[in-house]
Amino acid sequence: MTPDEIREEILDILENIAPDEDLGDLDDGVAFVDQLELDSMDFLDIVMELRKRHRVQIPEEDYTELASMASTVAYLTPLMKDLQKA
Amino acid sequence: MPKDFLKGANDEYDVIVIGSGLAGMTSANILGRAGYSVLLLEQHYKLGGMATWFKRPGGHIFDVSLHGFPYGMIKSCRRYWSPEIAAAIVPLKNIRFDNPMFSLTTTYNRDDFTRLLTDRFDVAPATVKAFFDTARGMNFYDDQAMTTGQLFEQFFPGRQDVVRLLMEPIVYANGSTLEDPAITYGIVFSNFMSKGVYTFEGGTDRLIQMMEAELLANQVDVRIKCDVEKINLRQGRVASVTVNGRTIKARSVISNANLRATIFRLLGEEQLDRQFVDQAREVRLNNSSTQVYMALKPGETVDESTGDLLFSSTAREFRTDLLLNRDVTSRTYSFYYPRTRPDGRERTLLVSSTNAHFQDWSDLSDEEYQASKADLIETTLDAVETYVPNIRRRLAHVEASTPRTFRHYTQHVAGASFGTKFEGLAISRGLPEQVKGLYHAGSVGIIMSGWLGAINYGVIVANDVDSMLMAAATSAPASS
Repeated sequence: MTPDEIREEILDILENIAPDEDLGDLDDGVAFVDQLELDSMDFLDIVMELRKRHRVQIPEEDYTELASMASTVAYLTPLMKDLQKA
Repeated sequence: MPKDFLKGANDEYDVIVIGSGLAGMTSANILGRAGYSVLLLEQHYKLGGMATWFKRPGGHIFDVSLHGFPYGMIKSCRRYWSPEIAAAIVPLKNIRFDNPMFSLTTTYNRDDFTRLLTDRFDVAPATVKAFFDTARGMNFYDDQAMTTGQLFEQFFPGRQDVVRLLMEPIVYANGSTLEDPAITYGIVFSNFMSKGVYTFEGGTDRLIQMMEAELLANQVDVRIKCDVEKINLRQGRVASVTVNGRTIKARSVISNANLRATIFRLLGEEQLDRQFVDQAREVRLNNSSTQVYMALKPGETVDESTGDLLFSSTAREFRTDLLLNRDVTSRTYSFYYPRTRPDGRERTLLVSSTNAHFQDWSDLSDEEYQASKADLIETTLDAVETYVPNIRRRLAHVEASTPRTFRHYTQHVAGASFGTKFEGLAISRGLPEQVKGLYHAGSVGIIMSGWLGAINYGVIVANDVDSMLMAAATSAPASS
């Protein structure tokens, strides 16, 4: 998957996790928690969903990499580059 | 011949969950839904653990721990259970305090507490805001050096009345004290303050019934009256459990038993690293409780302005050790109005809860124990009289539970009703490093306690187990 496709995938996951949030104005460089009402369980859901959909394993010590959209995509790009978009 | 409660059970599962408290059930549900074969074993004859209820003749249903969880419960139930379960979660609007320092009713959220603290307690608005922001900014991995007492002293020096308002409900919710790490207070308090206090419409019985249906729909093999005796290892890895005379293999085991019971009773310390065992032995249990359950006669009602949750105390000052004292001065009343069970019979019930030490009840002779229980009931009825006049005449049924009752039904060490203190979290999380494939999910460290804490910890552990099982499946040929 390309970084753009990974970003789309994260957006899709976020839409399921936070159905009441408007993701259209999301600023990729700003932390999710500063613009969305996300808590630690929401981040865990992102991790679980990525494993379910793509068998991507994110160890607990790397959860901080998921702070913003930009850092998430940068972190996932090497892990998901060989995966095909579903 | 005794009934075989394991009739038809397989010889092997991907996951065996020991204990059907809210954490164990949630782990089982998530892993069952993910397609793993899951066996859920409960020693009691009904599911739920401390999330439980009991019925008495005359249509009275008593809830033991239903009242008062944070809004986050809606989200967690929607995601990890079902939209139907989430839809039954409703707010409790009248949270009431009555003690020698103050008497007030609140919706128990940040807006209303800000109003109370500034208008009524005369605290500067900037201080109130700074306190809320500090509490909300706390994370469980933060520094633990500061205690809750120190946190209060920093923002509200010398203000016992403010401390009482801020602390009393949290003591009730999870047994924490002023000496516990401030983060345990800050996280739980902020969870409540975000949107107030909630309950489950239909009662605990309906919730557990819906959860059981969901577990079965997700192919979880649910078994009651199955008391696990031993967790068996092979080459440092979890291999099976011994239950009701059978040995059932598992690729992973999640224990939702009390943390100390898991390590010292089900596993055995000889299986573990010496240092880990020493640390586990140091884990302090949380306190237990006494409760008095009162059912009013059919047709007898209580005005709802009496409160949903009422924190009452006759103690002039606020000390958490007083809350645990056998000479009870503080009681928390949960009023269950007919709307608790809209489809049930119209009944009003009242549960009085007090935190208690196990050792104050454990060493009594049978005679002393019965006398103490009777005394607990009588002194409670005297105290209730203030809020429900003529309670004795209007009563259809009354009985009491003690720390011994809690131990009897849950098998928790010392009848602990809130698991362990904060240090239990590290031991719980460290267990899989000691024994591959073995996990613990249950009330540890206050944050992971209460209904929401237990469910969320069940989610966290289910995530660990899924991750481990998937890694094992990709690194080696699948076992099935």
